[in-house]
Amino acid sequence: MKLLSRSLLAVSALALSAAAPAMAKTFVYCSEASPEGFDPAPYTSGTTFDASAHPVFNGLVEFKPGTTEVEPGLAESWDVSEDGTVYTFHLRPGAKWQSNDIFTPTRDVTADDVIFSFERQGDAANPWHEYIPGITYEYYTAMEMPELVKSVEKVDDLTVKVTLTHSEAPFIANLAMPFMSIVSKEYADTLAAAGNKEDFNNKPIGTGPFKFVAYQKDAVIRYQKNADYWGDAPKIDDLIFAITTDASVRLQKLKAGECHLMPYPSPADIEQIKADPNLKLDEMPGLNVAYLAYNTTVAPFDKPEVRKALNQAINKEAIIDAVFQGAGQVAKNPIPPTMWSYNDAIVDDVYDPEAAKAALEAAGVKDLSMEIWAMPVQRPYMPNARRTAELMQSDLAKVGVKAEIVSYEWGEYLKKSMEEGRKGAVIMGWTGDNGDPDNFLSVLLSCASAQGGGANRAFWCNQEFSDLLTQAKQNSDVEERTKLYEQAQVIFKEQAPWDTLAHSTQFVPMRANVTGFTMSPLGDFTFEHVDLTE
Amino acid sequence: MIRFLLTKLLYLVPTFLGITFVAFGFVRVLPGDPVLLMAGERGLSPERHAELAHQLGYDKPFLMQYLDFLVRLLHGDLGNSLVTKKPVLTEFLALFPATMELGIVAILLATLIGVPVGVLAAIKRGSWFDQVSMTAALVGFSMPIFWWGLLLIIFFSGILQWTPVSGRISLMFFFPPVTGFMLIDSLLSGQKGAFASAFSHLILPSIVLATIPLAVIARQTRSAMLEVMGEDYVRTAKAKGMPYSRVVMVHALRNAMIPVITTIGLQIGVLMAGAILTETIFSWPGIGKWMIDSISRRDYPVVQSGLLLIAAIVMIVNLIVDLTYGLINPRIRHK
Amino acid sequence: MTDTAVKLSDAAIRRRMVADFWYHFRQNRGAVAGLVVFILLVFAAVFAPVIAPHDPTMQYRDALLVPPVWQEGGRSAYLLGTDAVGRDMLSRLIYGAQYSLFIGIVVVSIAVVGGILIGTLAGFFGGWVDTVIMRVMDVVLAFPSLLLALVLVAVLGPGLLNAMIAIAIVYQPHFARLTRAAVMGEKAREYVTAARVAGAGNLRLMFKTILPNCLAPLIVQATLSFSSAILDAAALGFLGMGAQPPASEWGTMLAEAREFILRAWWVVTFPGLAILISVLAINLMGDGLRDALDPKLKKG
Repeated sequence: MKLLSRSLLAVSALALSAAAPAMAKTFVYCSEASPEGFDPAPYTSGTTFDASAHPVFNGLVEFKPGTTEVEPGLAESWDVSEDGTVYTFHLRPGAKWQSNDIFTPTRDVTADDVIFSFERQGDAANPWHEYIPGITYEYYTAMEMPELVKSVEKVDDLTVKVTLTHSEAPFIANLAMPFMSIVSKEYADTLAAAGNKEDFNNKPIGTGPFKFVAYQKDAVIRYQKNADYWGDAPKIDDLIFAITTDASVRLQKLKAGECHLMPYPSPADIEQIKADPNLKLDEMPGLNVAYLAYNTTVAPFDKPEVRKALNQAINKEAIIDAVFQGAGQVAKNPIPPTMWSYNDAIVDDVYDPEAAKAALEAAGVKDLSMEIWAMPVQRPYMPNARRTAELMQSDLAKVGVKAEIVSYEWGEYLKKSMEEGRKGAVIMGWTGDNGDPDNFLSVLLSCASAQGGGANRAFWCNQEFSDLLTQAKQNSDVEERTKLYEQAQVIFKEQAPWDTLAHSTQFVPMRANVTGFTMSPLGDFTFEHVDLTE
Repeated sequence: MIRFLLTKLLYLVPTFLGITFVAFGFVRVLPGDPVLLMAGERGLSPERHAELAHQLGYDKPFLMQYLDFLVRLLHGDLGNSLVTKKPVLTEFLALFPATMELGIVAILLATLIGVPVGVLAAIKRGSWFDQVSMTAALVGFSMPIFWWGLLLIIFFSGILQWTPVSGRISLMFFFPPVTGFMLIDSLLSGQKGAFASAFSHLILPSIVLATIPLAVIARQTRSAMLEVMGEDYVRTAKAKGMPYSRVVMVHALRNAMIPVITTIGLQIGVLMAGAILTETIFSWPGIGKWMIDSISRRDYPVVQSGLLLIAAIVMIVNLIVDLTYGLINPRIRHK
Repeated sequence: MTDTAVKLSDAAIRRRMVADFWYHFRQNRGAVAGLVVFILLVFAAVFAPVIAPHDPTMQYRDALLVPPVWQEGGRSAYLLGTDAVGRDMLSRLIYGAQYSLFIGIVVVSIAVVGGILIGTLAGFFGGWVDTVIMRVMDVVLAFPSLLLALVLVAVLGPGLLNAMIAIAIVYQPHFARLTRAAVMGEKAREYVTAARVAGAGNLRLMFKTILPNCLAPLIVQATLSFSSAILDAAALGFLGMGAQPPASEWGTMLAEAREFILRAWWVVTFPGLAILISVLAINLMGDGLRDALDPKLKKG
């Protein structure tokens, strides 16, 4: 019976796409990897969100396309109490849930759905907390929501009151993140009654611009326009994700017209893409930073002057040329220039091997040999860490520093690089989650994150710097926060716990007839507004 | 025969237990912490880490974990993937047809070309055909197939644009999987052009995967033929004035096929190894690529159960080859 | 061969065997060609510092991805062009020969020594020792070699040494099986019984009396393994689990070059060609060796 209904759905979807090819517009996106699942909350990768949260779901609030600003989503508006601890959300009336072969909604989005979306993640006693064995809500935990959210209450069907334990400025940006997508309580109840809870993760039901149709593992995901979408209806009828893990193969497919848009081209291919009249290329500085973190607790790297001298010895322009192939810019601050509060007045340490040599001598450092850690994987902020390390190695040799390149398997690398007393400097990076400077500075450089389980890989604890961050976090005035963060960046540069290496540029190649695509500084791929011209 | 079969099966039991131990043991001593990998650059607090490790059962002693694993295995439970949280068996079954289809086409290709070439080369020993084909076979045997695949992609998909770059079928076609074999499903779907599309997607990957088995089979067939043709009964048949083609077809070929069949059977393991590389290059959604990805993601349950399933398949195929061999050649049974 | 009626001194027998072997090996043109290429390869590896025009790790920052000399934009300083960080391809390929030979030698040595020890033990003692050992070998052989090597490397950590160990472990059962079969075959022969009666100890029997008589198939298998080892190590390098950059191991070079497949054909083509040619040469030699050592074919 189940099989029959599934094939019926497939046939009807097919009828839509094949019967009227002249009218139906199909948009193919060559995605870079398989989604882990279709419930956005338990996962952490952008690939999964591109396939789940963005096409199928909505949050209470959302990021405005192309920015990190927050705009209304399923909540039309919200009020914040004087002390910043109570948020009251007014839901959009008439936002419809989607349907599929096993579920037809009887009601629109209500406060119950919002409460369910919070509680299934935050409340271990909720029957949906572990609806798949071993499932966890890493983003909810990582953004410190369990400590932050005190209660979520229903005022009426369309009003929800969220009470926080303390005032926290980035809270509203957290709500725009994919893990806080609003899911249907009615769908959950239906599945629970039918005894196939795991379909919650296999056949998503949301309120978003596209309906999920089918997923063929590691190959294709199909979506269909959601005719009942509360926002502007998408201009394309069918959306297809063709999963293609290899960057050069993706480009081949794009050139052959087998797909319309692709993420993450190999930097080596950029020139070629620009030269192709059938393709166009969007670019935007990514919300990320790559850095080399010294261990500031180990001699001689505990001295700021030594760290600054090493920074002077490394030619970052050369790294941009050879590793990023021009697809990046030299970083001088720990946050990217597209982020508010970026301090452009800061002057970077200039590349000057002679001065570096002199500075090292003045600091009494002779015959220094160190390790440079290079991660084994490609990350959005770092196309090739080994190649970067090789360049650094030869730069450092010129100032008499012997560097040995060390690498571990990625999981091991993450672990060992946070072990106390680690030798050497590690190449690392970070991609922003919600566009808030706190999401960079506190996570990567605060005293609290220098302890086990944090992500401060320089083990750098500067009380003055940390205090500035705390002040900024509890203040909801953006201008005042900006001042505090700018000041923090000055301290950072003086102390130089890192060599800030680069902010990578994100490129998105697409067919020349694609219109309406907006790049997201957060690295999301959304197709709500895209269209194809003839 | 039954006794032969039972002995064979009895032998397999300890081997299989050994395989479970190896699959479980290796994977469990992999360095790198899957729990940390889930958190990425962000890191985890020690408490949260302990909590997750406990939830996943990684805090128990090694032998306890192994016993758990065996018990669950007996119940047909191969565990859930850490990444997708779905049962490993479900994922394996979803992807295996893709690998099997590729493998079957490759082995057919290798056999249908390799055997005739080998026979012909043996008959015309020393001719230019023999020399050219055997040189080609040796080149094929020496081929780094990951490079060979890249070359084919550059040439046929890039420059000539004859074949699609990757995937199993054009995205235009969409039908529910019935058998999981794209060639069959595309025919069943009744959609025009679907089969041609599925076929054209299969060409390059199957050529790449068939390269080494083809070379091995051609060489093996040739030497088996040469050996048989030197035997007394063939010479006798020839001397009795039997037509040459009949001597070759009836006497020589039939006997030469015994070692050739074994060779073909033994290529299954080679195919599985080749599938890892071929699937990686062509983004073919099969179990080879799945294993590679899972190893690098430290998806413990997938790696251990995947290893186990693959080894079990290779073992079963080898058993079938052994049995066929025993059927054809009764002498083996009593050894 | 050893039980010929004419009594000859050991040295004379050996000399005659070598001459005999060389006579047959020479007949095979392919094998000789393979040998020549192999000698060139060894030459390149040994004299790499002398013949390579550049340091293989030297990065010429003004010469990124320069094409080969015959192509437009090529420079005579870089005959086969340069890679993405401006290293000379030709020099890297020449140094790469060192890696390949080193890999072949190490893998085969470990696998042969391990395999012979284990195989001789199993074959000589038989009984439960044999059963246990052969079951363990079956387990290893049940996994596709590359997959098992991959998992082993993942366990040991990516790197050239670990890749070699992993490949050797995977190859070792082949030698063990061959040795065992040969030992079991020889054990029942008269000369062994004679040696035993004469009071030869187990060890002496195993390694001095029986083993030399099983060498032919082992040599052939070793040659085959030598070339497979180069291929498998390159495959591991290609998958990022073998030698690590900046090592100029050919498979690793290919992996690094993969992103340039559409833009710079030379960084992809040459390392692969180098692998193919060396593996082919060794396989040609292997064929020649087998024909020369296999008495059955000698007759015909």
